[in-house]
Amino acid sequence: MSAQDVESDAETEADAETDGGGEMPKPHTVRLELVDEPGQLLAALQPIAENGGNLLSIFHERGNLTPRGHIPVEVDLECPPDRFEGIVDALRDAGVNVIRAGAEHFGEEVTLILVGDLVDSDLSDTLHRVEASADATVKDLSLSAPDGTQESSSARLRLAARSGKTEDALAVVREIAAEKDLHVVEPLTEESA
Amino acid sequence: MTLRLAVLGAGAVGGSVLDLAGEYGHEVVAYADSSSAVSDPAGLDPETVHDRKEREGVVGDDDPEAVFDTDYDVLVEATPTTLGDAEPGFSHVERALADDRHVVLANKGPVAERYADLRALEAESAGRVQFEATVGGAIPVLSTISDLGANHVSAARGVLNGTANFILSRMAAEGLDYEHVLAEAQDLGVAEADPSFDVDGIDAALKFVILANVLSDGDVEYRLDDADVEGIRNVPGTALDLAAEDGRTVRLIGEATADGVRVAPRLVPQGAALAVTGTQNIVQLETTHAGQLNVSGRGAGGPETATAVLSDVSRLE
Repeated sequence: MSAQDVESDAETEADAETDGGGEMPKPHTVRLELVDEPGQLLAALQPIAENGGNLLSIFHERGNLTPRGHIPVEVDLECPPDRFEGIVDALRDAGVNVIRAGAEHFGEEVTLILVGDLVDSDLSDTLHRVEASADATVKDLSLSAPDGTQESSSARLRLAARSGKTEDALAVVREIAAEKDLHVVEPLTEESA
Repeated sequence: MTLRLAVLGAGAVGGSVLDLAGEYGHEVVAYADSSSAVSDPAGLDPETVHDRKEREGVVGDDDPEAVFDTDYDVLVEATPTTLGDAEPGFSHVERALADDRHVVLANKGPVAERYADLRALEAESAGRVQFEATVGGAIPVLSTISDLGANHVSAARGVLNGTANFILSRMAAEGLDYEHVLAEAQDLGVAEADPSFDVDGIDAALKFVILANVLSDGDVEYRLDDADVEGIRNVPGTALDLAAEDGRTVRLIGEATADGVRVAPRLVPQGAALAVTGTQNIVQLETTHAGQLNVSGRGAGGPETATAVLSDVSRLE
């Protein structure tokens, strides 16, 4: 066994798949560019499995070439949050051209809960202003407004913001909420939870 | 080495220190509540002292100040936490340090509100100040940071108030509203009659202010006023329902980072390490070279907090 083999073995062990210690796997989308040669797809998928990723689906757009003449492939996978970066790194190390990875693909998503008198404070105006001033899209909205109780109502929002702009979007939400006397239950970022 | 302890504060923590000191090889030579004191150079008998406190409402015949005149090595300051000038706790510490004695704090006031003053007094004294018990009860948070080196820890976050965590995790589990669960917590003795210190996030904020002071290592001094604090009164059952539908839950999370101190109800994934249940506490340290480190356990209670106090005492041997 050469010195190089030993080194790569040690690396494999350190990155070996575990149950993630109770952290729930999350879905991610990775967009790859492959050269049109036999075995390329398999070579591209191996680093995912080897680094604790679970393949969910592969969309192989054969016949649809990128401007560089490569074949675009979209891979959905799930893995514990702390493993995703390792998977992308392993793909790049294996020479696979990763075009977009996870959060970057959709822009960053952030889920938060608004609490208060949502209806009287004009929920649709709130959402509209979040979209307009935070440069974010409301991807999903769930409202819980039990009637006949004194309890204030809540809305869960899933926002898609541009990469790196999540904090800005949250700041806008905070501002609008303060103005309308609403409370925001903000998320802890994925890394810190 | 047997250290002689003077214990100020005869509540759950002070009382447990009196009970457990012998087991750790130390002895309590003086003990005071807010109105009385008792001392014995040969060591106090816990049962005798507790009996008298229960029967007569005092621990002895002396004035509380008398403890400072006894021959002790370590002052254990376990009087109730006060805000602002942190008195009378701060003066107790000042007096012990002036006499070149060590101090172990269970009282959060002096470390949360007057950290720089405290460190200045310590620098002038042959005595040292330890305060593991002020953050997370029995959980070894500060000693872990001290082992790692404060400059190798970039942030601390977590759950450091068992009452608020009990209420949120009960609300989520039972689908009950805040008032209902608060009443239950009060019945169980988990919440006090006036729960504001816990549910308004002040207690958690004090602990994260202390963490911020320790992590900044004297570069920046933090006080409660510097913390951005929001409690859990505004978290309705509907918010927990919506969080649960999405595989998440809400916890009162504190953060001590380079940006300062913040305590607020936050959304966390249900399976996340920080989503502890009941009265459990957890602190997650962000280290520069070793990723995240979690320490969790019982963050309050007499014997639990006394365990941290006595570990501190042993560090002074």
